[in-house]
Amino acid sequence: MKIKTVTEKVMNTVFFACGIVAIACVVIITGYMLYAGLPAIFKIGPAKFLFGTEWASTAAEPKFGILPFILTSVYGTAGATLIGVPIGLLTAVFLSKVAPKKLANAVRPAVELLAGIPSVVYGLIGMMVLVPFVAKTFNLANGTSLFAAILVLAVMILPSIINVSETALNAVPPEYEEASLALGATKMETIFKVSIPAAKSGIAAGVVLGIGRAIGEAMAVMMVAGNVANMPELFTSVTFLTTAVSKEMSYSAGLQREALFSIALVLFCFIMLINFLLNALLKHKKGGR
Amino acid sequence: MKKLIAIVLTAAMAATLLAGCGGAASSSAPSAGSSAAGQAALSGKVATNGSTSMEKVIGALAEAFMMENGGVDVTYDPTGSGAGITAATEGTADIGLSSRGLKDSETGLTAITVALDGIAIIVNNNNPIADLTVEQIKGLANGEVTNWKEVGGKDAPVVMIGREAGSGTRDGFESIIDVKDSCKYAQELTATGAIIAAVAANENAIGYASLSAVDDTVKAITVEGVEASETTVQDGSYKVQRPFNFVVKEGAEQSAAVKAFIEFAESKEAADIIIAAGAVPLAK
Repeated sequence: MKIKTVTEKVMNTVFFACGIVAIACVVIITGYMLYAGLPAIFKIGPAKFLFGTEWASTAAEPKFGILPFILTSVYGTAGATLIGVPIGLLTAVFLSKVAPKKLANAVRPAVELLAGIPSVVYGLIGMMVLVPFVAKTFNLANGTSLFAAILVLAVMILPSIINVSETALNAVPPEYEEASLALGATKMETIFKVSIPAAKSGIAAGVVLGIGRAIGEAMAVMMVAGNVANMPELFTSVTFLTTAVSKEMSYSAGLQREALFSIALVLFCFIMLINFLLNALLKHKKGGR
Repeated sequence: MKKLIAIVLTAAMAATLLAGCGGAASSSAPSAGSSAAGQAALSGKVATNGSTSMEKVIGALAEAFMMENGGVDVTYDPTGSGAGITAATEGTADIGLSSRGLKDSETGLTAITVALDGIAIIVNNNNPIADLTVEQIKGLANGEVTNWKEVGGKDAPVVMIGREAGSGTRDGFESIIDVKDSCKYAQELTATGAIIAAVAANENAIGYASLSAVDDTVKAITVEGVEASETTVQDGSYKVQRPFNFVVKEGAEQSAAVKAFIEFAESKEAADIIIAAGAVPLAK
């Protein structure tokens, strides 16, 4: 009896300690990002930093405007979502409602495999296959572009969207669908007018998860986007927030290095925002039930 | 658990003991040998400060030097050539590092060239261009020349591929070709290997890379008729090069460690280290 209570207590402490580790990491990272990122923003001037359109960190008169990076990240993520969401959602519908069991069981592992491919592999294939393809198709001198990055990101966010949406679609109570079918609606009408609306908060969570992945991706994007600090256009070489940090970090010094931390801080804020959105969606879903 | 800790601690202690012995043995041996040659065991600090392009060379030299002289601590502060020369003038660093020659206004200093930095200009193997002048390269780099036919090539757009801001090779290329801050890149990549791969993949590309890194997947063009090679960099005929200089104050008292480090950097054995770090040693 006594040993039992001791074990209980010890295990309680262990669980508590493990919980603290995760929270401590978040707190430390947040604290450090603020500590490392804020000074440079104020040295440069928040407006100049956030809305400046020119980034020339090592020029004789350095310019630290990160608007090109912010816009590129926003456009890139939006573009990837625009392509990825319809494909992902319809794949989820296919897996959950339309496909015969055997086929679904073959497609599902493929989707899961897609999630497990390291981003450097996406980047490599993007660089070797997609970039030359984009250059040829659109008759460009140089294929590395926002467009190529959008295509790579669209594929990368598919698994998040498909997996979460499918779970949400599977969780729609069968009575809803049966009722719809009994009223004379066709199967497709039922899917689009009953199942998807009923699963919408789960689908939205999947989309937000995908957006989070797209905005935080660095490696694959770095290999296909060209990494020049241009204002974003579909077929120019661009730099994302993530790649702006990673490409210059290794040889940076002084204010340039501090500014890179500030970019990371801006990215961190974006990710936080997306996480809050995700939490709100998931809570809403729970509240709705 | 206790046993494990005991074992780890014992191992750690044994290791420190061994390290202590090793240190004592290696530092006593040269001092015994060199005292006969009238030179005490070196100790102290060598503070270097300056060119970010010289990071690799100075890092490799410092590492090798400290391996031989355990008591010396060589520090390096990557600030840029200008700041390095200032530091040498003001005496805040023992050695200023500069990847350019001294200007006329920078007096009272001596520049000791320890290595040369040769940068190859590379194009795709299918590009018919074989030779460019520095002026033509400048035009290609800063966007004044947008089509290869303007420099005698085929009718195709120019794709300029370079390194990221802060890279020593980029700084070298841009300062030698005189396109600092005016280079119009189509791609900025973070490694020499990536540039070579990108130039190999794009028929219209032009890029630059350290001389030592160029392989036959791309074509290194001749600049004003001179092929890029170790020899042409050493004799000065290849134009796209710059010196890696140690800048010291004239008449300043130098510690034995500083003197020894400068001697070491100029020595024959340093040549291999300089080559391994991607630069070209001086002709012997």
